[in-house]
Amino acid sequence: MSETSLQDLKPIPSPGRQIYKPKGIIRFFARFKYNKIALVALIILFVIFAISIFAPYLAPYDPAKGVLTERLRPPTLERPAGGGFPHIFGTDQQGRDVLSRIMYGGRVSLTVAFTVVGICFIFGTVLGLISGYFGGWVDMILMRVVDVVSSFPGLLVALAFVMVLGPSERNLIIALTVNGWMIHARMARSQVLTLRESAMVESARAIGLSVPGIVFGHILPNIISPLITVFVLDLGHQIAAEANMSFLGFGIQPPKSSWGLMIGEGRQYIASAWWLVTFPGIMIGLTLLCLNLFGNWVREEFDPLSRKQ
Amino acid sequence: MLKYVIQRLLFTVVVIFGVSILVFVITHLIGDPVKAMLPLQATDAQRAQLAHQLGLDKPIWQQLTEFLGNMIRLDFGVSWWQQVSCLSIVLSKIPTTLVLVGVSFIIAIIIAFPMGIIAAYKPDSLLDRILTTASLIGICLPSFWVALMLVLFFAVKLGWFYTSGYGTIRHLVLPAVTLAVVPAGHIAQIVRFSMAEQLNAQYAVTARAKGVKESVVLVKHVLKNIMTAVLTIGGMDLAMYLAGEAAAVEVVFGWPGFGSLVVDTISRQDFPLLQAEIFVVAVIICLINLIVDMLYAYFDPRITY
Repeated sequence: MSETSLQDLKPIPSPGRQIYKPKGIIRFFARFKYNKIALVALIILFVIFAISIFAPYLAPYDPAKGVLTERLRPPTLERPAGGGFPHIFGTDQQGRDVLSRIMYGGRVSLTVAFTVVGICFIFGTVLGLISGYFGGWVDMILMRVVDVVSSFPGLLVALAFVMVLGPSERNLIIALTVNGWMIHARMARSQVLTLRESAMVESARAIGLSVPGIVFGHILPNIISPLITVFVLDLGHQIAAEANMSFLGFGIQPPKSSWGLMIGEGRQYIASAWWLVTFPGIMIGLTLLCLNLFGNWVREEFDPLSRKQ
Repeated sequence: MLKYVIQRLLFTVVVIFGVSILVFVITHLIGDPVKAMLPLQATDAQRAQLAHQLGLDKPIWQQLTEFLGNMIRLDFGVSWWQQVSCLSIVLSKIPTTLVLVGVSFIIAIIIAFPMGIIAAYKPDSLLDRILTTASLIGICLPSFWVALMLVLFFAVKLGWFYTSGYGTIRHLVLPAVTLAVVPAGHIAQIVRFSMAEQLNAQYAVTARAKGVKESVVLVKHVLKNIMTAVLTIGGMDLAMYLAGEAAAVEVVFGWPGFGSLVVDTISRQDFPLLQAEIFVVAVIICLINLIVDMLYAYFDPRITY
C-alpha cells in the first residue's frame, strides 16, 4: 500500500481490509467473533444493569409495601387474589413481591459497587500514574504504603469502619473504598513503567509537553485497557463484598434492600420459604459470572501477550 | 535466606503497627464507645465515670502510646463484652476455625487437582469447557448462599447433616464443603491454565522422548512446576478465610469460630477485642505469606532469597 506512487490516488480495494475496518460499535462487536460466551455475558450484564436502572418503571410492585394476606407465597404464575402481576418469584415474610425487591436490590448493589470501584479507580490510577512516572522516592513511599495497606485484613478493617460509623450505605462505601484502591494503583504503576522510557513519551517530553499532558494525554490512553480489565473484575469483587457485609447486617439497612441483605433477611425462613434466599443468590452469582467472563475476555482481547493463538 | 526472613518479619511489624494505629485512631476519633455501651437515658455523670474507667478521658495521643506499649507486651486489655483477656478469647477461637478451614482445603485440593489436570489434558474439548465453567461458577457464587443452599437440600430436605452447631463430623461436613467451593474453583483454574502451558514445555517433551511414563512426567515434572502458582492462589484464599472472610459461613452454620467472634465483636462494639483480633489476623496472614514464600523455594530451586 505504501509503495504506490503519489499520482495513483485511487484507493486499492482490498477484501481483507473491509472486514476489519468497521467503525465504532460494529467493530466492537466484531471482536467477539472468537468468543461468543463473552458476548452472551455482556448482553446479560446489559440486561441486569438496565433492569436495575429502570426498576421504578419495570417493577410490578412497590418493593417496600407488603400485602399481609399474601405473605410467604411460593413462586407462582397465577395472578394473586387482588389482581395484578403474578408473584413469579414468590413473596416474602411481609407479603412483598420478591421479583420487585430483586430489581430494586440490584439498583443498590450495583450503585454501591460502581461507586466504590469508581472512586478506587480514579484515586488508585492517579496515584499509580504519579508513582510510576516519577519513580524515585515518590514511588518508593507510595508503593510501601500500598504494600502495607494490601496486607491489612480487609474484611476486619471494613467491619471496624462500620462498627464506628454505624451501618449504612454511605459508610459501607467508605469501608470498601479504603480496602479497594490498592489494586488499581499497582496496575496503573506497572503499566506506566513499561511506557515511561518509550520513544513516544520521550518525544512528548522533547516537544515540551507538561507532565499532566504527558501522563493523562499520552500515557493513560495507551494503558487504559488493562486498567479497564481490573475495573470490570473489581466490580465483581465489590458486589461480592457488599453482599457479604449486607448479609451479616453491617451493610445496607432495611427498609432499603440489596441482594445480600435479602439473603440475610430470608435466612430464618429457609426451611419454609426457599425462594427468599435462592433468587437473590442466583442474581449475585450470575452477575459475578458475567463480569468475570467479560473481564477475562477484555484481558485476552486487548492484551496481545495473554492472547492465545 | 535468613536476611529475607528478617526483612519479612520487619515488614510484618510495620503492617501490624500500621493497621493497629489506623483502627485505633478511627475507633477513638470517630466513634464514641461510651455512648455505644450505655443506654440512651444514662446521665452525664455516668458517662464520665465509664469514660474514666476505660481510660477514655485521657488525651488521644496518650491513649495511643499506652495502647502501643501494651500491644508490644501482647496485652490488649480486657474485653468489654466478656470481661476476660482479649487475646485469650481470640486464641481460643482460632483452633475451631483452623479445623474447619483445614478440612475445607483438603476437600478443595481433592476436587480441584483432578478437575484441572483432566481439563488440561483435553484442552478445548467439551469436558474441558464443562470443568472450566464449573470452576468459574464456583468462584462466582457467594459462599453464604452456597451454605444456605446446602442447608436447604442436605439438612432440611434430606436430613443427612445438622443445620448448625459444632462437635461431630455431621456438623463439620456442610460448612467444610461450602468453604471448599471457592478455593477449589481457584485451584482448578490455575492448575488447568498453568498445566496447559507446561505440558508441552521442552522439559516435558524431553522427558517423554526419553521414555518416561506420562504419570511420572505429570507428577514429578509438570505438577512440581505449577506448584508455585497453586501455592500463590491457595495461600491467598487461606489467609482470606483465616482473616474472617469465613465469617458469613460460620454464622450460617453456627460454627463458634473466629469468624463468628468477629461478627459478635462488631455487634457489641467491643473495641479492645477488635484490636486483638486484628493483631492476631495480621500475624497469621504474614506467617502464611512467609510459609508460602519458603515453599516457593522448595518447588522452584531457581528461587533463592
